[in-house]
Amino acid sequence: MEDLSLHILDVAENGISAGASLIKVIVEENLETDLLKIVIEDNGKGMSSEFLEKVLDPFVTTRTTRRVGLGLSLFQQSAEEAEGCLSVESSLGTGTRVTVTMRHSHIDRKPMGDMASTILTLVEGNPQVDFVYHHRKDSREYLLDTREIRVELGEIPLNNPQVVSVIRDNVAEGLRELN
Amino acid sequence: MPRISIEDLKRIKEEQTGKMVLRGGQFRAKVTVHMGTCGIAAGAREVMNVFRETIAEKEIQDVILTNSGCAGLCAKEPMITVEVINSAPVKYILVDKEKARKIFEEHVLGGKVVEDYALAIGSETMAV
Repeated sequence: MEDLSLHILDVAENGISAGASLIKVIVEENLETDLLKIVIEDNGKGMSSEFLEKVLDPFVTTRTTRRVGLGLSLFQQSAEEAEGCLSVESSLGTGTRVTVTMRHSHIDRKPMGDMASTILTLVEGNPQVDFVYHHRKDSREYLLDTREIRVELGEIPLNNPQVVSVIRDNVAEGLRELN
Repeated sequence: MPRISIEDLKRIKEEQTGKMVLRGGQFRAKVTVHMGTCGIAAGAREVMNVFRETIAEKEIQDVILTNSGCAGLCAKEPMITVEVINSAPVKYILVDKEKARKIFEEHVLGGKVVEDYALAIGSETMAV
C-alpha cells in the first residue's frame, strides 16, 4: 500500500464484509505530541477471541476465495516502520475496532494520501452503510456523518451522483481547511 | 468546518425523486469494482474514481457503481464486473484508468463488450 488512506479503505472494506451498518474512521494528527492515530471501528459481526488471537497472521483470512489475508498485517507493518503499532479489539456480535498509532514526523511514516477518494469510494460503493469520518489536526477538525445526510434525503440513495458530488465537494473543502 | 447545506440536499431530493419515478428505480447497468486488499493495492480506488467522475460529468442516472471483495484472482487486479441489463456479466482484468474509460464508454454506455480486456463472461457465483 502506498499510503495510509489505502490501508484505511482496506480495513473499512473488511468491516463492510463483516456486515457493518456503521463504520467510523477517526484520524487524529497531533503535531505537538508528534502522534498520528487512526481508529477504524465497525458494528459488524465481530470476531471470536480465538480468531482475534491470530488475526494479524497473514495466513489467516475469512475469505474463501484464497487462503492468505494480508490487509491487517500490511497495515501493522506500516505502523511499525514509523515507531507505531496496530491493535485490534473485537467481540462477537458487537463489532471490531482497529487502532493504529505512528510517530507523525517519522521519516518512514507513509503519507495520509487521498482520504477524500477513500471516503467517496466507501460511500458510493456501499450506499446501505453509514460512515462517520472525523479528522482532527491540532485544533482544527472535519466531520462527515452520512446519517445526517440520509435523514434529509429520504428515499434518495447516498450513491445518487448528485449526492456524491455534494459529499465530494464537502470532503475536499474540509480537508483543504485542515491542511 | 464546512457543513453540507440542508437546502442543497432538499433540492436534490426534489429533483431526483421525479427521475427515480421515471425509471421505476431500475438501473440499466451495474459496475462492480473489486476492493479486496489486492485490488486496493493494485489501484482499484483510482478505477473507481474514473467511473465516479464519468458518471458525474455525463450526468448518468441509470448506472450504479458498487464495491465487492476479492474475486480470487489477485494477480489480475484491479478487476471489475460489468452487468448490463439482460446480458451476462463480464469480468475485466488488469484495469487501469485508461481501460476503465474505454470500458465505460463502449460497454456500459454502448453495450459492446471490450473483449481485449475481458477475462470471461459470467460470474463466479452463477452457473454459466
